Amino acid sequence: MNKPENDTALTPSDASGKLIELRGVSKSFDGEPVLKNFNLYIRDKEFVTLLGPSGCGKTTTLRLIGGFETPDEGSIIFEGKDITDVPPHARQVNTVFQRYALFPHLNVYDNIAFGLRLKKLPKTEIDERVHKMLDMVMLKGFERRKVSSLSGGQQQRVAIARSLINEPRVLLLDEPLGALDLKLRKDMQKELKSIQQAIGITFIYVTHDQEEALSMSDIIVVMSDGEIQQIGTPTDIYNEPKNAFVADFIGESNILDGTMLADCKVKFAGHTFTCVDSGFAPNESVDVVVRPEDVDVVEPGKGMLTGTVTSVTFKGVHYEIIVDIKGFKWMIQSTDYVSEGATIGVYIEPEAIHIMKKSKYSGMFGDYSSYSDELEELSNAEEEEEE
Amino acid sequence: MKKKRNLMQSIAAAPHIAWAVLFILMPLFIVIYYAFTDADGAFSFENVTGLSEYASIFGLSIELSVIATFICLLIGYPLAYIIARSKPKHQKLFLMLLMLPMWTNLLIRTYSIMAIFDDGGFLNSLLGTEWHIIGTKGAVIFGMVYDFLPYMVLPIYTCISKIDPKMWEAAADLGCNTTRTLTRVIFPLSVSGIISGVTMVFVPSISTFYISQKLGGGTFELIGDTIERQFVSNALNTGAAISLVMMVLILISLSIMNRFGEEEGEVIV
Amino acid sequence: MKAKKYLSRVYLTLIFGILYIPIITLVFFSFNSENSTAEFGGFSLRWYRELFRSSETFVALRNTLILAILSAVLATVIGTAAAAGIHRMRNKFFRRTVISVTNIPMMNPDIVTGMSMMLFFVAVVGILGLNYDDMGFLHMLIAHTTFSLPYVILSVLPRIEGLGKSLTEAALDLGCTPLQSFFKVELPNIMPGILSGFVLAFTLSLDDFVISYFVGSSSFQTLPLLIYSMTKKKVTPDMYALSTLIIVVVFALLIFSNVRASKENKRKEGKKA
Repeated sequence: MNKPENDTALTPSDASGKLIELRGVSKSFDGEPVLKNFNLYIRDKEFVTLLGPSGCGKTTTLRLIGGFETPDEGSIIFEGKDITDVPPHARQVNTVFQRYALFPHLNVYDNIAFGLRLKKLPKTEIDERVHKMLDMVMLKGFERRKVSSLSGGQQQRVAIARSLINEPRVLLLDEPLGALDLKLRKDMQKELKSIQQAIGITFIYVTHDQEEALSMSDIIVVMSDGEIQQIGTPTDIYNEPKNAFVADFIGESNILDGTMLADCKVKFAGHTFTCVDSGFAPNESVDVVVRPEDVDVVEPGKGMLTGTVTSVTFKGVHYEIIVDIKGFKWMIQSTDYVSEGATIGVYIEPEAIHIMKKSKYSGMFGDYSSYSDELEELSNAEEEEEE
Repeated sequence: MKKKRNLMQSIAAAPHIAWAVLFILMPLFIVIYYAFTDADGAFSFENVTGLSEYASIFGLSIELSVIATFICLLIGYPLAYIIARSKPKHQKLFLMLLMLPMWTNLLIRTYSIMAIFDDGGFLNSLLGTEWHIIGTKGAVIFGMVYDFLPYMVLPIYTCISKIDPKMWEAAADLGCNTTRTLTRVIFPLSVSGIISGVTMVFVPSISTFYISQKLGGGTFELIGDTIERQFVSNALNTGAAISLVMMVLILISLSIMNRFGEEEGEVIV
Repeated sequence: MKAKKYLSRVYLTLIFGILYIPIITLVFFSFNSENSTAEFGGFSLRWYRELFRSSETFVALRNTLILAILSAVLATVIGTAAAAGIHRMRNKFFRRTVISVTNIPMMNPDIVTGMSMMLFFVAVVGILGLNYDDMGFLHMLIAHTTFSLPYVILSVLPRIEGLGKSLTEAALDLGCTPLQSFFKVELPNIMPGILSGFVLAFTLSLDDFVISYFVGSSSFQTLPLLIYSMTKKKVTPDMYALSTLIIVVVFALLIFSNVRASKENKRKEGKKA
């Protein structure tokens, strides 16, 4: 672990640059806890993503910041002021809703002008600002269109323009790209990022899509079961997952039981490896993460481990190979073809081995014995429906 | 805080709740009160125990309304099915044709039936016959069916037309012929429509007094007539007792029907 | 396949034929020159003239319309507010109770509703020392509003529920107070439901005989009550003339609303394409 910030990140000590802070926030619905003593702060002008599976509490966190929910315990601080009981319309925060929530009885222009009209601004100013917004989201000429006649991507842009025209300090985005198809989604990701950089305000983005989170965010907050699992930059989160949950949720991971024999010496899969981690107690039980792309396939006997290939799937850039090594199914991504049933050797560089402390998620993830693409897709589809 | 906000917003329902308590619940309590007191306001069971003399009237009302409801279902289901399966353009026309009599005053409709079937009425004068139709059970049942048939057809139609057209294809794909599709797929899916249709025909049939007055030719007395008679002769306590019994009767049959329908899905009554 | 189509055509014709014979006979005999509803003496507008000469009919028509409009407005306002309130009720038991009580007049036979309200009004009038017969209009207004309420709520509530909470939240998010959000966002979007609730309440009131018969009094005559009193005696074709006029109006309204609806549909479809 390169930064020992594990616990200090949860209870920040640095007061400067904090825009929003959630202090000891708990929230339950019908007796079911959704957030448990949740602490988080967000700095000004950052693109922060709340990432986690459905039911992890990420949307609730967003709704607490937006003012649509009130915490059972704890407080929400905005620029040093407690805004826990401030109603949504009085907060300097605007939201882009999951299904856009555009007003169907208004056209594009009136939707975007909605917030300014409430503030009773002069007509000419409203007109000028609406056109500026239309420019920014590339919807010039769509003023008089009914929102129901727009495509998903266009509706998305209107929703963003409608929020941003109020010049909020923070824009909250609740899975805004969930309803778009893959291609459009990628384009919108880039566009959102560039809008954020252009206007220089804080974006808080909620998603269950790890790829989206990795490619857009300055900071990712990985959540599960109403708790923060890890906070960090995308690279940190990918390269140094803090526990088995994060390792499994972000990218693909082989997660094995291991024992830390000494500093930089770890034993797993019946073999002692050299690694780069230190600071564990002698013989401490740990979780070991090896990313599939970090495993090299070599001739049997020439590697550290030997196993039998049980399945090979062509994925375009690489092959996805499932290898049985002493009863544990590894996933390996390799550009070289191996045939099913073949015996292969496996070589792992010291830098490719990540050691994590044991957590409540140990043993729950990281074995590919029941792996199936189809199942993965099914569970993703369900997630999108639920939230 | 949140709770307070919600409470504040539910206040919009307050005028309605006050209205409902005052003009729905209070009148019902007063019916109960009248049912259990005599003309001087003293507590009494006589109104209710005295109802046994009306047992045959209750029996006849139930008999006629059950038959009418059953005939409505028998005629109405195929009608609803045919309408739901016809072209959208025709559907609108058929629905309009069905609704027009519904929005024509019941008194007028009933009266014109009487004028047709009367001893010296249109039918007899047209055919030169001397059929005696008014005053038979059949005439009363015909009146009920005629007046309330649209109430049976509309909910069933709504139900059938909501069934995904792919359902027919799916059933056919799985090896059902038309008859089987009907009995195994469409009929079970339209049970909720049937239940609301049956309710909407049964309740006004059992409580009618105008139809029996006009088409019963004075030879029949149904519960509705009895209540109306008490009302006209100002025997309000007996009237209240009969109303109460009828209400309880309908409540019981409705809940039985709803229980029966619950297994089949939601019920729109 | 062809035979089936033929069969259903025959069935439709038969049922609709039976359904319309009484109405057609009625219209037919309204033009009778004789004072008979069985033997046609020849075409004449005699009964229409007689109808228009009677001030009784006009008073009843005016009363019916006043009652229908007022009770529909009252039921629509109270019912829409109620639907908005019910939608926000968190307590499921309370919510269900309110809805069930509201639906009582819809489930109960009209005769029981009429009887119960009549008894209630008798009691209230007795306590307040008023004259029952003078209160005919007020009693009918209350009764008609009461039986229209569940229909208004039934057509508005699903609209509100269908809106989902995100539109309201978006309005709050953009700076609306809850009250502003109701008038600027929710109300315009549930308008179709409110309108159909109003139309339903209006027609129910126009059509009601049984409840009016029980709670009304001679001081406020409406068309259904007038028709009832006319059919008590041996009927002359002037009642047929009146009925024919009503049918024509209803028919025109039905066609009008259908044409409007289909035009709107076409417009919508055209936009989508």
